[in-house]
Amino acid sequence: MVATPLVVALSWSGLLVTPSLLAQTSVPRVELRWGGDAEGGAPFVEADPANPSVLRGFDVEVAALIAHDLGMTPRFVQVAWSSIDASVARGDFDIGMSGVEDRPARRRLFAVTIPYFEFREILTVRAAERQRYSTLASLRGRRVGTLGGTQAYEMLLEAESVHGVLPVSYDDDVHPYTDLAEGRLDAVLLDNIIAARSVRRTPGLATVDAPAGTGHYVGVLAPQQSTLRHRVDDVLRAAMADGRLEQIYRRWNIWDAQQAAFFRRTLASGAAGTQGRAEAAGPGGLLEATRRYLPALLKASLITIVLSCLSMALAVTVGIGVATGRVYGGAWPRRALTAYVEATRGTPVLLQLFVLYYGLSSLVRLPAFVAACVGLGVNYAAYESEIYRGALQAVPAGQLEAARTLGLSEVQTLRLVRGPQAFRLALAPMTNDFVALLKDSSLVSVITVIELTKQTSIFAANIGSWILPGSLCAAMYLAMSLPLSRLARRLERRWQVTER
Amino acid sequence: MNETVLSIAGLRLSRPGRALISGLDLCVERGEFVALMGLSGGGKTTLLRAIVALEPFEAGLIQVAGTCLRPGPLPAQSQLGGLRRGVGIVFQFHHLFAHLTALENVTLAPIHVGHVAREAAERRARELLESLGVLARANALPSQLSGGEAQRVAIARALATDPALLLLDEPTASLDPARREELGASLRMLQANGRTLLVTTHDHAFVRQFASRVAILADGVVVDQGDTAHVLDHSRHPATRQLLQSTPRAGRPSPAP
Repeated sequence: MVATPLVVALSWSGLLVTPSLLAQTSVPRVELRWGGDAEGGAPFVEADPANPSVLRGFDVEVAALIAHDLGMTPRFVQVAWSSIDASVARGDFDIGMSGVEDRPARRRLFAVTIPYFEFREILTVRAAERQRYSTLASLRGRRVGTLGGTQAYEMLLEAESVHGVLPVSYDDDVHPYTDLAEGRLDAVLLDNIIAARSVRRTPGLATVDAPAGTGHYVGVLAPQQSTLRHRVDDVLRAAMADGRLEQIYRRWNIWDAQQAAFFRRTLASGAAGTQGRAEAAGPGGLLEATRRYLPALLKASLITIVLSCLSMALAVTVGIGVATGRVYGGAWPRRALTAYVEATRGTPVLLQLFVLYYGLSSLVRLPAFVAACVGLGVNYAAYESEIYRGALQAVPAGQLEAARTLGLSEVQTLRLVRGPQAFRLALAPMTNDFVALLKDSSLVSVITVIELTKQTSIFAANIGSWILPGSLCAAMYLAMSLPLSRLARRLERRWQVTER
Repeated sequence: MNETVLSIAGLRLSRPGRALISGLDLCVERGEFVALMGLSGGGKTTLLRAIVALEPFEAGLIQVAGTCLRPGPLPAQSQLGGLRRGVGIVFQFHHLFAHLTALENVTLAPIHVGHVAREAAERRARELLESLGVLARANALPSQLSGGEAQRVAIARALATDPALLLLDEPTASLDPARREELGASLRMLQANGRTLLVTTHDHAFVRQFASRVAILADGVVVDQGDTAHVLDHSRHPATRQLLQSTPRAGRPSPAP
């Protein structure tokens, strides 16, 4: 261990003196860089519990098989599951493959391998309600959760308009099931592999036997990589034919008759085995997609506005209370409030939202929107209280003494003189915070509230481009924040406070 | 038939390492216009602040407006109703409420402390502003007022609760001669209406013209006092003589040689 820095230093100096970096680019690359999300867990990709530096999972083995047959060495690149497409497009790795679904938009925009696994979309419900909720149609008016940006989510959106179910989008595939067990959801729709794993983990849940749909996992490559894609397709087909893929699936307990039938179909039909699959999202052009998503974006921006306003109102109210307590209160209340402010400012708001929504769910089961309001509000209250405290202390002593000699009580002085003057001093930093809150409200998507940024990323994932959705989203945020700044500047001018 | 409005006996007040007032006695009778003179830093302002219970003191007694202030921590505001009603103060730097208009500055206490109806309070405030010649500035914010205007608004604010005793801290310091005449005339008028005035100043021309009595403050005590003419013209007290040698127009004493 002691020698490590020395070794690093030597190897760096070696890089500097030998043209090895240049040489590397001219030698044909022997690594197959493949991207996946180890957070997705078993049986896709997970860190080996016995040795966390080693990855395991059927996707890991499929990647190794592909690399082997191509005469390359597999190298894993960690990437957030929802960013696999964007990451492969910018060349972070050659092929993305951890539970990547075969979807029309992806096919349109990327080079996609032939499907190598067929999954079923499975409903999971609480065991006692297995008879009651056996189909999407039976879940009218019920909350059904899934992982955002998936085929299952598209199915739920369709079921929303057809059957009146209420889709709830999650950023991960674990919390939908814990929320189901706790009663926040009435069902979860996800891939059978994930469903089976979650039912094992979470007591009291059961899967519905009849699948709500089927889908396929593919490898995704940058659009210009069609040559590599064809070579990967050949490897996959060969591995289906000679039984090596079957061996992998058997090892991970995901082989069944359906998989065998899928292999037979794929091998019989040649390249485009699953091209004709029925799918909720039709193709349509960019304009068509925009027209389709605009109402959802507007609705999401409304949620952003309402959420931000409510959170800010809470932050201002609590902030005033905390600031007043810190300026006027006794030693112990002051200490407690200081602790609150420091703890809140010193920890990430994302963590606070998680704890509030998931961590405390055994004590108090807050609806997501309420948890979002409370989480953001209480977090921002800490910042607001510091602004107000500073502003209260900045009101000149002469103003307070004048009020006292006129006979105003302490409370009246605060309400009629100190408070109003402090408020004017606090206005500019408050506006700043409101604009920041407007943007921080995008964090609440981790607790299933779909606001503007989340809706935009759903839109972008669906059409496979960030340019148009990103511009629209930015325009909407600006439309919210610019008038706010202007209003603040006007008020500030009107309320300019200068004691002579 | 004299009636004592303010009575100070044996007052001692110090800041860390420095005695500001050391055993001061002073009485003010109803209807008097008393000028309190003394060198800068001599404790004049501190004395006024002690009278309106903004400064705690170590020893002595202040009896004013039916209230008796004693040594030790300042009493709670709720126990000072009589003092607040009976004594008004105009600070040297006015301390007008920066977020309120001139009119609102004047009506704040009558409405919220005196529980006068807003309409009546505004009528009375306008009368006060008019008598002081600043009615035209009723809707201006303090930041828009000149020094003289702000002072007159501050006087109106102090008078709005109709106190028997009005304290003014260095009212002449920032005024040009013409304004000083106006101020003196206004204060004379208040005195004629039965109000008692205690005014700190350096300006002995102003004192000679308007005050009925003078008290000279030096080394933390009243060293000399009496009828204005008598003190200014005949006093042999060294502190008084030193004070009178300073130039009156400058508003400040010349530095000691």
